[in-house]
This record gives sequence, structure tokens and C-alpha cells, in this order.
Amino acid sequence: MDITINNQLVQKGKEKQDEFTPVFNINNLNLWYGQDHALKDIKFDIPEKQVTAIIGPSGCGKSTFIKTLNRMVEMVPIVRMSGEIVYREKNIFDPKYGVEELRTQVGMVFQKPNPFPKSIYDNVAYGPRIHGIKNKKVLDEVVEKSLRGAAIWDEVKDRLNENAYGLSGGQQQRLCIARCLAIEPDVILMDEPTSALDPISTLKVEELVQELKKDYSIVIVTHNMQQAARISDRTAFFLNGEVVEYTDTSTLFSNPSDKRTEDYITGRFG
Amino acid sequence: MGLINKESVKKKMGSRVAANGFAKFLFILATSFSLIVLGVLIYRILVEGLPYLSLDFITNFASRMPERAGIWAALVGTIWIMAVTAPVSFILGVGTAIYLEEYAKKNAFTKFVQVNIANLAGVPSIVFGLLGLTIFVRLAGLGSSVLAGGLTMSLLILPVIVVASQEAIRTVPREIREASFGMGATKWQTIRRIVFPAALPGILTGTILALSRAVGETAPLLVLGALAYVAFVPENLLSQFTVLPIQLYNWTSRPQEDFHMLAASGIIILLIILLIMNSIAVYIRNKFHKRF
Amino acid sequence: MSRDKTNQKSIRDMIQENKSSNNQSAVMEKVVPKIFLICAVISIFTTIGIVFTLLTETFTFFNRISIVEFFTNTRWFPFTSDENADFGILALVMGTLTVTAIAMIVAIPVGLAAAIYLSEYASAKTRKFIKPILEVLAGIPTIVYGFFALTFVTPLLDKIIPGGISIFNALSPGIVVGIMIIPMIASLSEDAMNAVPNSMREGAMALGATRFEVAMKVVLPAALSGVIASFVLGISRAIGETMIVTIAGGSRPTADINVTESIQTMTAYIVQVSQGDTGYGTTIYYSIYAVGMTLFVFTLIMNLLAQFISRKFREEY
Repeated sequence: MDITINNQLVQKGKEKQDEFTPVFNINNLNLWYGQDHALKDIKFDIPEKQVTAIIGPSGCGKSTFIKTLNRMVEMVPIVRMSGEIVYREKNIFDPKYGVEELRTQVGMVFQKPNPFPKSIYDNVAYGPRIHGIKNKKVLDEVVEKSLRGAAIWDEVKDRLNENAYGLSGGQQQRLCIARCLAIEPDVILMDEPTSALDPISTLKVEELVQELKKDYSIVIVTHNMQQAARISDRTAFFLNGEVVEYTDTSTLFSNPSDKRTEDYITGRFG
Repeated sequence: MGLINKESVKKKMGSRVAANGFAKFLFILATSFSLIVLGVLIYRILVEGLPYLSLDFITNFASRMPERAGIWAALVGTIWIMAVTAPVSFILGVGTAIYLEEYAKKNAFTKFVQVNIANLAGVPSIVFGLLGLTIFVRLAGLGSSVLAGGLTMSLLILPVIVVASQEAIRTVPREIREASFGMGATKWQTIRRIVFPAALPGILTGTILALSRAVGETAPLLVLGALAYVAFVPENLLSQFTVLPIQLYNWTSRPQEDFHMLAASGIIILLIILLIMNSIAVYIRNKFHKRF
Repeated sequence: MSRDKTNQKSIRDMIQENKSSNNQSAVMEKVVPKIFLICAVISIFTTIGIVFTLLTETFTFFNRISIVEFFTNTRWFPFTSDENADFGILALVMGTLTVTAIAMIVAIPVGLAAAIYLSEYASAKTRKFIKPILEVLAGIPTIVYGFFALTFVTPLLDKIIPGGISIFNALSPGIVVGIMIIPMIASLSEDAMNAVPNSMREGAMALGATRFEVAMKVVLPAALSGVIASFVLGISRAIGETMIVTIAGGSRPTADINVTESIQTMTAYIVQVSQGDTGYGTTIYYSIYAVGMTLFVFTLIMNLLAQFISRKFREEY
């Protein structure tokens, strides 16, 4: 399905046209936590097989936004939403489109490494197993491939049956990425995946993201602007629940069109 | 020109410190009281109970002659009761806990269930005996059987297991549930494969402690009409039975000193069983403590 | 990467295939919550069962014995011909209250003092040593305590008290019920005191208060609702206690209390009847439900009171 559409982005002072295949089209997305209007009229498209970074000060709604993409945000009981999110031409809020099916396509890596209290092997095999794959040989293959894909295979291959809680924080996070890869999603959402990691582990995860974008579309929330600049192709700047600016990363950082973006990336607030 | 007379503060200091010392002494005394009582209790039971303790004592049936009497029927009866109580209370208790923690909406019904369980925990055990007598023995026509006794005991310890299981389920971090949902797992898959295994050590600890309480319970089974003098072991769920505490009660309530010594011997066995159960519970608790 | 590529398709496809053929799991998602709901409802049915059982059988009892006599007669003497029988619950209630009062005289000071020691004085090491012992005491079956009361405490009291004491009496089981409740009061009160934030203690200590003053003037008042709730729960436990009073208290119901003489509590009466050969359908048979109902109401009030106290006066630190 190779539809390239023209994505119109009207920005203050200038009009810019981008061409890419979108995996997500977000239209007029609004979200409230009770009375709190957390996301306001979000409207943009997320490209296939690129890294899209979401930046902004804490409380700007970036984390909330990424969780709407796989509907994890609905685990908060007081959430209300309006608007639409189209994933591969299907509205994800369509009752006929099961939330489990969506999450099988759109995987997620969380802020804090959250492996299951199980062996390394069982952690990675979890996804395939819940989706009905029981064949031991297939599982073995998937586990190895996913761990290799997450660049952690060499560190854990001799202790696959040990509990994942014995790994370091950085290893745990890469294990969580491997776990995500095991069901071969289409999109991987990453919610500040390096915020709990040391610099060396952070570097490893960043390198991994670069590697993964060959096969996956990646959306990454980060509080770290340098990280966004280093690894992403496109960047969206969120402020107070609104998208202030969304363009390719080099433009956003070198030549921001909005004053607020400039203030933020030059460190004047946030 | 202070408002406070420093001299008098200084003077009072001595008596205040002394009062503190004296109070501390009293507090230690009170705390030791429990330890001393425990020591005396165990010493007394060992002194009285050891003479009759032998392998024959365990394998013999009750008898009018103290030197021939044993606890076999009671021991087997206790095991039978546990064989009913353990699975029934575990399934009902864990099921209730999973419902309350995972599925129940925060509404009046859920709150009612929760308050109800808290109150059930405070109902005297003998009242459960009256419940069992009416419902299981008479209405259901089970008679004073193992099944009636086991079901009554299940209801008695149900609140304990529910509360312990709820606590265990609550310690499972939200993050790993999210990880499971994030992979497209359904709610039941997440509960069965992630939440339940992670909470299991806590649930087992609570269940074993609750069962150890049931092993020592006497009153409800007495009210149900469990026999006091039994020279046979139960053959099936509808057999009549006795349990260890009832046998001990029977011996204790006889005037002859020899039967009191038999009771003490039986108490040693009962306490050993409880000690083993508690050790297993503590072992599980410590082994899996704070994994998250 | 190209080798992986072919594999990748297959896993994704396998998941898709399983998805379409997997109706069974959708059924589970619907059925499982209902099964758990049934479990939860059984606990409600247990309560309904208790109330229903007690009410109906008590109703039958009151058809034979007037409710006025039940509450005003001070004699309880059921084991005789029907026309001579007395069913005055007061005699049993007095027995229960006497034992409960003695128990609380023992349990409250000792339990509270132990709680203060553990929470305010004891080192972490001492606590680690003492708390398991309290747990062991709390886990000892009541039949064992009953044996202890009859074969040790009663003979001991007989030696101490001038003029001696009956083999069955209120004092011995009262003391032993108190001992049984100490761990409960100690641990619940300690929990309440532990919940008092350290900053409050430090504030008082910095002014030069001794530990004793901090405990009595700062911690205890702050933890008071939890402490009192623990007393009330202790009372409830004592009222419902059965085996200790059955073994060591005797079976002589009386409203004239002499703690060195035999008494009978509500619980002990129920055991006495179920141990005898009373036939189903006799007045005595129904009387145990009337007594059980009274007992249930007493403990329910205490439990609700404890919940009320700890909720109503919960300190917001």
C-alpha cells in the first residue's frame, strides 16, 4: 500500500510541503483528564520508517499524546477524547477495530524498564505466546532474533533462563525493546525510553533506534532536545497540549519558525 | 530577663529523665510478659506432653485407656477437612480478590462487597458453626460430614484469604501490567500470565496462614456436630469425622490427669503442624520478598 | 537483515492467522469476569446466610419463649422440663462481659505498653526479635490457651488467692483471653503509632522532651483513634472467644458475678448444647440461635464501632 499524500502543514509565516507515507494521521485530537484539557486540536501525520521525536517541557502533553496512539491512555478512567486517529487507513477508535489488535501492530517501550518477573526467555516469548504461537522452535528463533535486534543477545545468550530482574537498568530496557520486537509490530512507540538510564546505556539505545528505523516506524517522546536532534528525522514541539511546530528535525533546530520553539530549544524555558 | 526560669527547668529535668527511665522499664516489662507467657506455656506443655508422645500415640485410635489412646482418627480427620477447605477457600478467595482488584468498578456494589468482607472477618467463629449447622448439615442434608465441616471452614477463612490476596495483587506494579497490555494482551491474559504469577507468593503465604488458623479451630466444628470420640477414619466426603482440636478438647474436659497429659501430647503435635505451616509461609514470603 | 526480513513476515502473519481463528479467547474475556463475580457474591451470600439463619431460628425461639422474658429474666436454666425452664439471656451476657472485662484489664495495659515500647523505644533489632514472637502468640489455637488456663493458670490462682478459687471460674479464662488478645492490640496499636510521622517526634525531641513525654504527649494522642479501634476490636474478639471460656469457665450461667466462681458465656452455652444430645426442634435447639444472634449483634456493633472510630478520627498528617 504505497500511497503518498501531500501533507499540508500551515505554519506561521511560511507554508511547507512534505512528502511521505504516513502510518498515522491525527485529526483534531482533543483529550481531557476530567476538566483538564490536556491535548488541544492535535493535527499531524507520522511518517513510515522514520523516527519522529516529540519534545516539550514536562506537562506539555507529549506523554499523553504518545499513549493515545496505542490507546494506553484509556487506562486512566477519567479520560475523554474527541477527534480521530487513523492508523493505516483505519480509525483506531472504531469499536470494530479491537484495542488488542491495534497494540499488536503498535508496540510500546515505556519510560521505566518494565520487564516481567520472569526469565529473559519468557519475557521475549511473552508476546508471541499470548498471540497463540506455541511452537518451541519458532519461539526459540523469535527470541534470538528479537534479542539480536535489540543488541542484547551477546550479553544474555548464556543466561536466557535467569530472571530478567538480574539485568542492569540499561539491559532491562533493551530487553523490553526486544520483547516489543518479538511480535514484529509496525510502529514502535517509545515514551522517554532513556530517562531512567545512565549515559552509556542511553547511547546504546540511541544507536539501536537508528538501526530499528530501517524496519519500523518509531515515535519517541524525549525530554532531551539533544537526543531528539541526534536520532530523529522529524520533530514535533508540544506546549500546553498544543503542537507548536512540526517539521523535519534539522529545520526545527536550526531554523524554528515559531518564537516559542526558539525559546525552548535555546533553553529559555522548560 | 527570660520568661522561663532556667533554674526550675534544670531542677525538673532530673525527675523527667527518671520518669522516662521508669516508664521504659515498665514498657519492657509488659513486652517481656508476652515472651514469658509463651515460654511458660511451651514449657508446661512439653513437661506434660512428652511422656505420652510416641509413634503409637500418633497411629492409635482414641481409647478409654490413656496408655492406649492416640490421635490417628483426629489427625486424618484434620487432613480430610483441609483437603476440602484448601481448594474451596483458595478458589473463592482468590477469585473474589481478582474480581475486586481487577474487574470491579468503583461503585456502591464493590464497596458493599469490601465492607461485607471486613465485617465477615470479625464474626465469631462459633457463629459460622451455626451457619454450617443450618445450611450444610440440615438444609443441604450433608449431615455432620467432612464436606459440611470443610465448607464451613472455607467460609470462615475466606475473608482472610481475600484480604491477603488483594494485598498481594496490589503489590504487582502498574508498569508490568501496562507492558502486557501494550503488547496487545487481553485483560484475562494479563491477569493469568502476569498479575497472578507475580502475586502468587503473597497469595500462598496468606492462604497457608489462613489454613493454619483453620487447623486450630474447634468451635465451629463442635457446633456442626463433629464427633468427639471416633474410632475410625473418614472414608469419603460424607463420612463423620473428628479433628485434632476437638480430640484435644475432649481430653482436656475430662477430670483425670492422664487425659490432660494426653491432651498436652496432642497439643505438641498440633503446634508442630502449625509450626511447619507457618515456616513454609514465612519461607515463601522471605524468598519472594520485594522483587519489584 | 534480509534473512530476517523473510522471517519477519512469517511471525506477523502467524499472529494474524491466530487472531482470526481465535474466538475462544474472546469468549474467555466475557466469561471469566462473571466467574470471579460469582466468587465475590458468595461472600455476600455468606453474610446473608448468617443473618437469615440466625433470624429465622431465633424467630421460632421467640414463638415459644417471650422476647420480654429473654431480655429481662436474669436466670438461664434451660435443661429442665419446659414449664420450669428459664431463658434469661442476661445471665449469659453477664458471664461474657465479665470475662471480656477481665481480658481487657489484662490486654489493654500490656498490649499498649508493648506497642509503645516497640514503636518508640525498641531498636530495629529488638523489634525484629519480638514481633515474630507476638505473631507466634497470635497464632496459637484457642484450644491450647484453654488447656493452659485450666491446667496452669487456675491452679496458680488457687495458690495465690486467699480462700482459693473454683476449678471453673471467670478469672482464669478472663486472664488467658486477655493474653490471647495482647498481640492483636500490640500490633494494631503499633501500626497506628508507626503511622505518626517522624517529624512530629523530632519536633518535640528538639525542644528537649524525653522519649516518654514524646510517646505520651505527641505520639499517643496522634495515634489515638487507631489505638482505641484496636481496643474495640479486642473487645469484639473477647466476646466471641469460645474454647478458653468453655474449658476453664464452667457451665453455670449466673447474673451474680463472682470472678472466683463458675460462670457461663454465650459461646460456652452454644458449645454445651451442641455437645449434648439435644434433639432438633426442641426449644433448647432454637435457643442456641437466639444466643448466637445476641452474640452476633454484640460483635457486629463492636466491629462497626471500630471501623467508625478509625475512619472518623483518622488523622491527616
